[in-house]
Amino acid sequence: MSQKALVEFKDLHTEFYTEAGVVKAVSGVSFQIRPGETVCVVGESGSGKSVTALSLMRLLANNAKIVKGEIIFDGRDVLKLKPHEMRRLRGNEIGMIFQEPMTSLNPVLTVGEQIMEPIIEHRMFSKREARKYAIELIEMVGIPRAHEIVDAYPHELSGGMRQRIMIAIALSCEPKLIIADEPTTALDVTIQAQILDLLRKLKSEKNVALMLITHDLGVVAEMADYVVVMYGGRVVEEGKVMEVFKNPRHPYTEGLLKAKPIIGERKERLYTIPGQVPSPLNLPLYCHFADRCPYVMPVCKEQYPDTFIDADGHKVACWLHAEGARA
Amino acid sequence: MTQYIIRRLIESIPTIIGASIIIFLVFTMAPGDFISAQFGMDSKMTQEKKEELRELYGLNKPLPERYAIWMGEIVKGNFGESYLYKKPVTDVINTFVWNSFILSATVLVLQWMAAALVGIVAAIKQYTLYDQLVTLFVFLAMSLPSFFLGLLLLKLFAVDYRIFPLGGMSSTGIPHEGWAYIKDVMWHMALPVITLTMLSIGGLTRYFRTSMLEVIRQDYVRTAYAKGLKDHVVIFKHALRNALLPLITLFALELPGLFSGAIITERIFNWPGIGKVTLDAIFQRDYPLVMGFTLFISVLTILGNILADVLYGVADPRVRHR
Repeated sequence: MSQKALVEFKDLHTEFYTEAGVVKAVSGVSFQIRPGETVCVVGESGSGKSVTALSLMRLLANNAKIVKGEIIFDGRDVLKLKPHEMRRLRGNEIGMIFQEPMTSLNPVLTVGEQIMEPIIEHRMFSKREARKYAIELIEMVGIPRAHEIVDAYPHELSGGMRQRIMIAIALSCEPKLIIADEPTTALDVTIQAQILDLLRKLKSEKNVALMLITHDLGVVAEMADYVVVMYGGRVVEEGKVMEVFKNPRHPYTEGLLKAKPIIGERKERLYTIPGQVPSPLNLPLYCHFADRCPYVMPVCKEQYPDTFIDADGHKVACWLHAEGARA
Repeated sequence: MTQYIIRRLIESIPTIIGASIIIFLVFTMAPGDFISAQFGMDSKMTQEKKEELRELYGLNKPLPERYAIWMGEIVKGNFGESYLYKKPVTDVINTFVWNSFILSATVLVLQWMAAALVGIVAAIKQYTLYDQLVTLFVFLAMSLPSFFLGLLLLKLFAVDYRIFPLGGMSSTGIPHEGWAYIKDVMWHMALPVITLTMLSIGGLTRYFRTSMLEVIRQDYVRTAYAKGLKDHVVIFKHALRNALLPLITLFALELPGLFSGAIITERIFNWPGIGKVTLDAIFQRDYPLVMGFTLFISVLTILGNILADVLYGVADPRVRHR
């Protein structure tokens, strides 16, 4: 695992300027994705997972700004790229799948046209070659009757099929990284499993890295090699998937795992983490989780914890682990 | 598709009949008629003479009968004879409507092109100085009354700096032919076209801007950017095609406007258009002309609606007609 990182987020800070004030959506996020690896970014809504991904694609809304930090992709600082260089990265080296398959495809263009676009743009295919390749891609993502589907409009397809089309678009230029932003959240449970299977299969065939954003720990257990847990715009814990599940270090991760239903076990009530997610408008200077933490200590309300690294490379931002080796 | 259009055309017949009844009632039940408008002030006209004239024009028959006669003739293609011009209504309309049409058609083209350009750029550059200046200018032009704007332009460009003529449609006394005539008409058209374009561009610009702003925030536009497409491809292929959908209805409903003339502007620039003619006809109670023309415009409105639905089906695969 000492391979060179494909993506490296270094102390990323992204802020939104709203009427209510400055929202620090991401403050000081650092982690890596190695080639061919699946990294799951887990967290509640508003924890900054999507913003982190969109910062990498530089597709943030107009009122957002990356104020600090670096994002290195394949040896280049993404944030310093010129617009045309950025365009060559998007769709070509990084493919992206969004949460809402119902609205992510253009309603007035055929799916074939939409798959062909990046191929023609980045791979210089002729229209006819691109169409042939688009049909192959539709078959590859497991949609039957690809010859007919290529001329269909998005509204003629089901949600699961549309998400497969999105996957076909993301994979069309054989990228090095695929970002999947909650790709299964809007789908039925049975379809979810199919889409995840497809992603896993294609990922191993094409040997692409996958940055999978989710709040579903079941998805994490099934897909991830490595887990990054985010809370209040910061990474609170990261480590290999087995380690995080077996031995969570951060009280927040522990709470998340406790709140997960286990099949075959009946409980009156599922565990919930007490309290509310802090407002992203004015996050405290101390640990964001301190107000909900069952193990809270005086130091937790004074200072934001440093990141501590275990002997096996497991990282956690929590004062409980201060006696461990300092980062 | 053809079947759909035919069905819609047949379905519109009751609407047209309804419209004709309303038009007939509104005009005939208004106080006064052609005779009182022409001779009401004439002391030499005796009551008997007036009644005789009413008899001659068929104005003394009961309403249902008059309606039946009017409609019966229209079905045969005869809109009656204009009292004022002593010519068939269709001839009168045909003489003047095309003068209005070239004016309105030019305005329509200019207005839509300019509004599209200005509105789209304003949407992309939302809240920038450009956007705010455009908004200011557009509202300014929109809120000026047509008589004021028209007279202002006349004073500036026809009186002070004699670039454009004072009025009319062609120069009197100099008979032009072919190209020279077209150039002469275009020269006369300039000021009324500018006036009408400035008045109408405001609303449309806002429509373009709003529609574009709504579409730019959609997920599929983000998808298009995420595919690494060039900005102009994203804007014109992905965003604009969707932004135009709600504007199709607006565009098709311009159809009657192309033929209805601009009453005030035509008057200021002394343009021999249908707007001026119908206004005179209303004052003079020239029923056959006014009713015929109003019916013509209502048929165009209905056709415009059908056109809007057909175009919508062509442009949006989700409502495509079978």
